[in-house]
Parts: sequence; structure tokens; C-alpha cells
Amino acid sequence: MSKAPADALAAKGGGSKWHNTLVYLRQHWQLYVIFMLPAFLLTVIFRYIPMGGIMIAFTEYNPIRGIFASEWVGFAHFKRFLSSPDFLRYLMNTLKLSVYGLLWGFPAPILLAFLLNRILSKSTKQKIQLVLYMPNFISVIVLCGIVRILLAPTGMINQLLGTSTNFMTMPSAFRTIYIASGIWQGAGWASIIYTAALSNASKELKEAAVIDGANIIQQIKAVEWPAIKDTVLIQFIMSVGNIMSVGFEKAYALQTDLNLNASEIISTYVYKKGLLDGDYGFSTAVGLFNTVINVILLISMNALVKKMNDGKGI
Amino acid sequence: MKTKKKSEFAKQPTGDKVLLIFGYILLGLFVVAIILPVIYIILASFVDPVTLQNSGLSFDFSKWTTTAYERVLSNSQIWVGFKNALIYSILFTVISVVVTLLAAYPMSRADFKGKGFFNTIFVITMFFGGGLIPTYLLIANLGMLDTIWAILIPGAFSVWNMIIARTYYMGIPRDLQEAAEIDGATEMIYFFKILLPVCTPIIATISMWQFVGMWNSYFDAMIYLNSASKQPLQLVLRAILIQSQPQPGMVSDMQSTAARAQLAELLKYATIIISSLPLMIMYPFFQKYFDNGIMAGAVKG
Repeated sequence: MSKAPADALAAKGGGSKWHNTLVYLRQHWQLYVIFMLPAFLLTVIFRYIPMGGIMIAFTEYNPIRGIFASEWVGFAHFKRFLSSPDFLRYLMNTLKLSVYGLLWGFPAPILLAFLLNRILSKSTKQKIQLVLYMPNFISVIVLCGIVRILLAPTGMINQLLGTSTNFMTMPSAFRTIYIASGIWQGAGWASIIYTAALSNASKELKEAAVIDGANIIQQIKAVEWPAIKDTVLIQFIMSVGNIMSVGFEKAYALQTDLNLNASEIISTYVYKKGLLDGDYGFSTAVGLFNTVINVILLISMNALVKKMNDGKGI
Repeated sequence: MKTKKKSEFAKQPTGDKVLLIFGYILLGLFVVAIILPVIYIILASFVDPVTLQNSGLSFDFSKWTTTAYERVLSNSQIWVGFKNALIYSILFTVISVVVTLLAAYPMSRADFKGKGFFNTIFVITMFFGGGLIPTYLLIANLGMLDTIWAILIPGAFSVWNMIIARTYYMGIPRDLQEAAEIDGATEMIYFFKILLPVCTPIIATISMWQFVGMWNSYFDAMIYLNSASKQPLQLVLRAILIQSQPQPGMVSDMQSTAARAQLAELLKYATIIISSLPLMIMYPFFQKYFDNGIMAGAVKG
């Protein structure tokens, strides 16, 4: 007896929930059709369909036959890559470039922000910032063109040193060139975020510290570093998460036939194998290998942050 | 003004003065390191090619020449590159900003049904993708190779910019939206008439990022476009600066191979100056958008 009304109620409740959704969709259809659809379609077509194309990595892909009719080879491409003597070199080139790049490149903008924060005249500070940000607007190609010119045997650097070394052909110079030019181009721009965080540091707190006779080191410890600590942490985690995605464009533009020993990284190798040699299956496998390592790095970084940050990830 | 600065500096304890001077020197060195190469390239672009090849920059003004600039500016491929880069950058910015701003709106609303689903779909693409070959084959299968669409469409929706725009929308006071709903305004009217006009700072910032990003990139154009008539500026620059292959007409009147090589080298300097000038001139006008854009990005982190 008492069960029937409850069932009826549940059915009615379920029905009204559906009904509510329909009413919502009818009222807000624009949110889906006009606002969401373009982005959704672009994502499905240009991001998700290529994910399906990852199957190519397990086939001897033949463009004429298509993915499904191409010969299935399982993990053969991965085995070939992992067992080739080049594998370790390309992996280490990629890792060294990004790890050293992080070690040198990460502190540089923080240092710049501290220095800028110590400039008393506002107009001087702005002028310096204008210069510091400028290289960010130079394209990768022009940057690499400048680097090649300055490091040429008769270029500015050799003129200053009184030598005529051809740096661009030295594998041992590649990483230094890549990282130093990266700092030259990006440190000023990257300092903006820290400068902004520093300017949020409480003025009263700082004035109180000065009145108490705190010197610069003490001020940095007590006021300025706490103000930017969180920003530094977030930026660091994001950089570590991107360790395997070293930019193709710059590495490729700084490569010469003679520095390949140090300058061939996974992304340039994927491009050459795939689009220049037409070895689609193998190239896709190498690219997938790179992506998977990157995802593992990101997930473990995020887990680490959650642990440190009371369960809050990014 | 000057005395005031002096006195503030004088007030500092001795240890701090040493530290400050050291810091200023460091900052000064960084500024010099940025400016010096730029000045060097400007000056060297006027040196005659033979001297430049043999001994580098010289201040023998009698031998200075503007031939590099004349040759670069009179080359049609450079202008084709400029024109294409401008068209691609403007169209890409418009398409990308429209798609991104639209998608950010439902994602900013607490009552939007399906938000979790869309969020998952979008965020996954920030970390995982099909990679170079599957994307290339898709573009090829869609018949987009060697068309402008291969450059404009695949990367038009930026999840990162969507997150930034969404965060910005969420900072707009709710009263505005409630007032609009009481008036019976539809989503469209609220979005275009009320929301967008108060979001101009973030729209300007995202537009600037997309424009500069497209203007300066070369990878997509390199793999998708073959026709010389469709090449953007960066690909033309790549041939001249990186591959040391100047455009045919630029050096062909020189008699010897050596003279051609020397001239090709000089052309690089002028090319760098000419190609960088537009953004260098425009960039100070954008400066006021830098901070708020970076801050918007920092909110999400």
C-alpha cells in the first residue's frame, strides 16, 4: 500500500527531471548551438580525430591503403626506436636541453623582478622594462638569424674575443647558444608575472620592515619572497610539466649539419623521419613515446603538488 | 628630482648600498646585452659586403652603403611575405578570438549543464594529442594542404585562452547578469551588449597574443604550404637567414660566387631590421595590456 505512492512519486520525480532538462535546453539552446558548437567541433575534428590516428604507430602505414588496410606490426616501431643507438642520444639531447634550460632560465626572470623592484624612479623602471620586453617580440627565425650572425667567424662575438671560431658548427656550443638566447629573449617578458606579484606585496609591511631597520636581505626574506612564493611554485610546476615539449621551431632553426650530435631532439627527429623521409608509422610511434612521457611527468607533478598543497592540484 | 633620489640612496645602510650597486650593475649588463646586438646589426647592415665578410663591422663611413636595404625592399617575395603574414595574422586573430570568447561564456556560468563534460574534453587536449603525422594526414585528407585554412582553422580554438577569458567573465559582477535576465534579455543580448563591452582589456590581450603568435610562427606554414605565393614572412626569412638562400633576384647580378655570398650575408642584416621593424614600432603601444593579461593568466596558474 505504502509502496505505490512512493513509486509514483519517484516516477514523477524522474519525469520532471527530464522535463526540467528539456525546459533548460529549450531556454538555453543558444549556449550549445551558438556559443559551444564551434569550439567543440574544432576540438573533436582537429584534436580527437588525430588521437585515433595514433593507430598509425602500430602499422606499416601506407597512405594509399589507409590506416585499416595497412599492415599491423604491433610494437615493432617502438622496439626499433628504443633499441636503436640514436634513441638514448635524442632522449638525452631533449632532456638536457630542457633541464639545463630550466635550471638557468627559471631563476633569471625572478632575479630580474627583484632587481626591477629596487629601482626607485618609476620612469627609469618603465624605460628599462620596455627594453627588457622587446626581444619577446622578435620571431624565432629572426632570433636564430641574429644568433647565427653574431656567432659567425667574423661576427660580433668573435670580434670582441679577437678569435674566429665557428660556434654554429660545434655540438658542444649548441646547448649554451640555445639556452642563453632563450634567456636573452624571454627572461624580461617572464619577469612581468613576478614584478606584478611583488607590487602586490603589502607596502605597509615593507615600510614597517624598513622602519625596524631591516636591510635588503631581511626585507626580501620577510616581505618580498613570501609575496611571490606561490607564483614561483606554480610557474615551476608548469615548467617541469613541459620538460618533454621542447619547442621544435627554435631547435630546428639553430641546427646545422655539424651540430646535430647535440641539436637533434625528439621533435625534430619526428619531423624528419615522418614528413621528410615519409616513415609515417615510425615517426608517429616516436611522437607518441614523447607524449606519453610528458603526460606521466605532468600527472606525477600534479600529484606532488596536491600533496604539498593540501589536496589542491592545478 | 635628482637630489631626492640621491638622498634616498644615501639613507641606506652601507651593506645595502653595496648590494644595490651590484644589483644595478647586473641589471645594466642585461640591458646592454639586449641593446648591443641590436645596435651592432643596425650598424653592420650598412657596411660594404667585402669588408663585412673579411673583418666584420667597420666605421669607414666612406664605404658604407644602403644597397642591402634597396635590394631587400625591391624584392617582391619579401612583400608577398609581409602581405600574407598580415592576412593570416588578422584572420587567425579574428577567428580564434571569436571562437574562444564564445566558448568561454557557457563555461563561465554556474548553471550551464554539461560544463564538466566540456571541461574534460577541452583540458585533455592540453596534455595529450595525436602528434605530428596523424594531424598532418587529417589535414591532407580534408583537402586543406596548401590552402590558407590549414593555417587558420586547426589551431583556432585555444583552451588556455578560453580558461583566461572564462576567469575574466567570472570576475564580472553578477548584478549585471541578473539585471539583464529580469529585463528578459536573451543570452545573445547579454553576451554582446553587456558582457563583451566590459571585457575589452582581456579581449585586447588575447588578440595581441594570437596576432603576435601567428606573425612569428613558421612551423605550420612550412609543413602545410608549398606555393611560394602563399608563404608568410617567416618562411621567406627562413630561406634568407637560416638556409642562406636569398631570393633569386637579390644577388643574381653579382659576377662571382664569392661576391654573391658576401652580398647574401649583408642582406641578412637588412632583412632582420626590415622584418622586425613593424612589431618593434607597434609593441610599446600594447604595453599597457601586458600586465593585465599576465595577471589574468596567473589567476588560473
